[in-house]
Amino acid sequence: MTARAAETEATERQLDIFEQAMDKRTVKGRSLYVDAWHRLKRNKAAVAGVAILLFIIILVTFGPMLNPWDHEIPDWDNYSTPPSLETGHVMGTDALGRDLFERVMVGGRISLLVGIIATLVSLFIGVAYGAVAGYLGGRVDNWMMRAVDAIYALPFMFFVILLMVVFGRNIFLIFVAIGAVNWLDMARIVRGQTLSLKNKDFIEAARVSGATEWHIISRHIIPNLLGVVVVYVSLTIPQVILVESFLSFLGLGVQEPLTSWGALVNEGAQELETAPWSLLFPATFLAATLFAFNFLGDGLRDALDPRDR
Amino acid sequence: MALLEVNDLMVSFDTPEGVVHAVNGLSFDLEPGQTLGIVGESGSGKTQTAMAMMGLLSENGSASGSVQFRGQELLELSTRELSRIRGSKISMIFQDPVSSLNPYLSIGDQLVEVLTHHRDLKRKAARKRAAEMLHQVGISEPGQRMRQYPHQLSGGMCQRIMIAMGLLCQPDLLIADEPTTALDVTVQSQINTLMGELSEKSSTAIMLITHDLGVIAGLCDKVLVMYAGEVMETADIDSLFADPAHPYTQGLLKSVPRLDKAHSGILSAIPGNPPDLVDLPEGCPFRARCPHAFDKCIEHPDLFDAGEGRHKRCWLDELPPLEEEAEQEEHA
Amino acid sequence: MRAPILKVEDLSVHFRIDAGEGLFRHDYQTIKAVDRVSFELAPAETLGVVGESGCGKSTLARAILGLVAPAGGRIAWLGDNLVGKTEDEMREKRRQLQLIFQDPYGSLDPRMTVGQIVGEPLKNFFPSMSKMQVRERVSGMLKMVGLAPEQINRYPHEFSGGQCQRIGIARALVVNPRLVVCDEPVSALDVSIQAQIVNLLKELQKKLQLSLIFIAHDLSVVRHVSDRVLVMYMGKVMEINDSERIYRNPAHPYTRALIESVPIPDPKLERERARRALGGELPSPTHPPSGCVFRTRCPFAQDKCAAAEPPLEELEDGTRVACVRYAEIKGELEL
Repeated sequence: MTARAAETEATERQLDIFEQAMDKRTVKGRSLYVDAWHRLKRNKAAVAGVAILLFIIILVTFGPMLNPWDHEIPDWDNYSTPPSLETGHVMGTDALGRDLFERVMVGGRISLLVGIIATLVSLFIGVAYGAVAGYLGGRVDNWMMRAVDAIYALPFMFFVILLMVVFGRNIFLIFVAIGAVNWLDMARIVRGQTLSLKNKDFIEAARVSGATEWHIISRHIIPNLLGVVVVYVSLTIPQVILVESFLSFLGLGVQEPLTSWGALVNEGAQELETAPWSLLFPATFLAATLFAFNFLGDGLRDALDPRDR
Repeated sequence: MALLEVNDLMVSFDTPEGVVHAVNGLSFDLEPGQTLGIVGESGSGKTQTAMAMMGLLSENGSASGSVQFRGQELLELSTRELSRIRGSKISMIFQDPVSSLNPYLSIGDQLVEVLTHHRDLKRKAARKRAAEMLHQVGISEPGQRMRQYPHQLSGGMCQRIMIAMGLLCQPDLLIADEPTTALDVTVQSQINTLMGELSEKSSTAIMLITHDLGVIAGLCDKVLVMYAGEVMETADIDSLFADPAHPYTQGLLKSVPRLDKAHSGILSAIPGNPPDLVDLPEGCPFRARCPHAFDKCIEHPDLFDAGEGRHKRCWLDELPPLEEEAEQEEHA
Repeated sequence: MRAPILKVEDLSVHFRIDAGEGLFRHDYQTIKAVDRVSFELAPAETLGVVGESGCGKSTLARAILGLVAPAGGRIAWLGDNLVGKTEDEMREKRRQLQLIFQDPYGSLDPRMTVGQIVGEPLKNFFPSMSKMQVRERVSGMLKMVGLAPEQINRYPHEFSGGQCQRIGIARALVVNPRLVVCDEPVSALDVSIQAQIVNLLKELQKKLQLSLIFIAHDLSVVRHVSDRVLVMYMGKVMEINDSERIYRNPAHPYTRALIESVPIPDPKLERERARRALGGELPSPTHPPSGCVFRTRCPFAQDKCAAAEPPLEELEDGTRVACVRYAEIKGELEL
């Protein structure tokens, strides 16, 4: 037998042993996100956060359908009544006799909607902008980020007040105003992550595999950004809700008879001495939502932490 | 009396994936001035052994068993007592020299701090002693080097400084965890020569942890081969390389290509992968990859006395010697 | 030697580094990461490239694949000069030129399954292939590198380092390239796994008649794998020699120093070996020494070494060496 044949045979034998030794039990792989999900489920605070959020979302969505009262029409028999089952106002009424439960639910819809939509807007603009700037780098990156700096330099409140004055108070404008500022943060975070991802070997490997630049951004960069983005989103939503509350508190937010949690807190604060419940209920819902989002965000960050890989 | 006596050391880590059994019943001892090599691949528990001895396990880790240093039980010491021993009686150098130095302090300040902390020296005396030490580890112009910061120096230079820092208080034991793995071959050779000289000159015992059999061969008196958290074989350096008694040691020796021998077609690799430390197999941990495995190996072997101060964890009485087996393969 | 498949002539790659920002101007310094490197590679030949970290061996690999732009020179791939080609043109060429990385985990996208990773080059280079065809080819490839095709839906983090390196090899070979550049493919792996991967690469090379450029800092592995070895120091070629000859009769003092630095797993030999450890440190790449770059650490250096840069000269036996004192010190270099 020639030496070469012996060699090949030896290699084949080794490969055989190797194959036998190999584990053929599991066929379906566990992606990093599935792993993260398992870790998240073990985090009690995060699970509690998710439960609270689900409860609040279901309540504000379906609550008003089961409630006989309307958020605009006052109950002429009950002005500023405390919560009571007898009158049917489980959270009492406000100074104009409107059912507070109904108003908290409707306000919750607006607050959550503002939070989610404004965050989504900033998410799409920010991820695309940041990923492109970070991946292309060099002069393009420089110009794109200087533009971000310039918009940053505008005083936010001044910008919002200006919008309100020019276009009148409008819910849509609140989305625009908040989204227009929040995507800047997102773009910065995404750009930083992209810069570090860009130097990873697997991006170079993709170039060697014949991938185009667009393909690399969409198939390799963005999916790997998701972890950071998800965490950031879960922390941005409560931040946006808070900004909206603040605007409403200043009287720049939603317009009567529509309302939001921020507006309700504002009204409640004015009647703190006579009708404490009109502050207590919206404030409780607002605080619970903010807590829940923050717990969830922290849980997501721990679950997606790359150190555990 | 032995300087260090480790008995039935167990180290485990609680992870979301389950309990990782990093070290499983490790025992060995070390005489003063001796150089012990611990060889093993990643995940063999060699680093965690050192970490457990020094009380540096990460938060989810726990150690049991006994580690006696000069008759003192290290595993029972408080953090405070341990930190008094660390750096003065036992010191440790790590794989990555640049990140083991504080980037915000000058080299001189870091060396002086060790002395003022452990030896109560005045700053001036400490600076003098530090400069002497740097000179000993082959650093020219120590005065100038002491004013520099870690990022201004090369990896090899930083490792020399780490060694100098480790030896400043004349410790009884120096633990070196892969001290040259991150360095280039030419620098590795410089550092190894230095460590060899120092171990000859001083009475410091050295525990050298590495995956490179070549490094062990040049530096150590005694070797401990680890696999999956257990000792597979212990022997003095010459007999281990001349006549490895455990199939794993043989496999390791055969799988590295050697510069001094004519090259011979394919390497004899050890097939398969190391076992999962969360779910260790029954019996001998090397069983699945062992070419000599037989039905008895399903039982866990003890560390048997193999005569002449050697020990091996294997059911086989005799192994075919290294060279012969290689020849047989060629004839086949 | 058969007609070369790859001919590199005077290839240079320069990097500009920021040497600090003044108030009104940037200071830049140029590093010659690869400096006028020339070599040839025959079909089915393996060329080893060795040198210390920072010697430019990885940059050389990336320049050949067009991943960094050369500052000058020629890379003739089957007679076609690759220097100056656009990214689109290079993308097409990379069907024949592939790369295997050092870091087995870092070179695989953690969000993709093994099937997606190995299938990616096929989808990019052969868009007309059907899903079934891709899957079949990927399964076959996985089998060839010693992985079970059942594992096609798993993710990289579920594999060991050695297995990930097998995945990387499968990805490089799936498009049937003619040249594979291996950038330190085994240095991140455990000893027992290194041998598996080295054997696999050698076997596949024989089977598929690949040309390999095998980059490593470990001389014993390089010698084992290569037909010829190229020794680099500070971006320049010091020596190109036959792999058997280079370990007995190194022609350059630096090669000899490298060989002497490698520890040998034999205690008796190690103790007897009179170590002439290479002194000193790598010079700063922004201010390399005049003349021969190695002269600051060379035990044989003389005044004339500083005068002019030694050319890479071809000796009678085909060895190429860049040392002006080669003829004088030949006898002393033998091992």
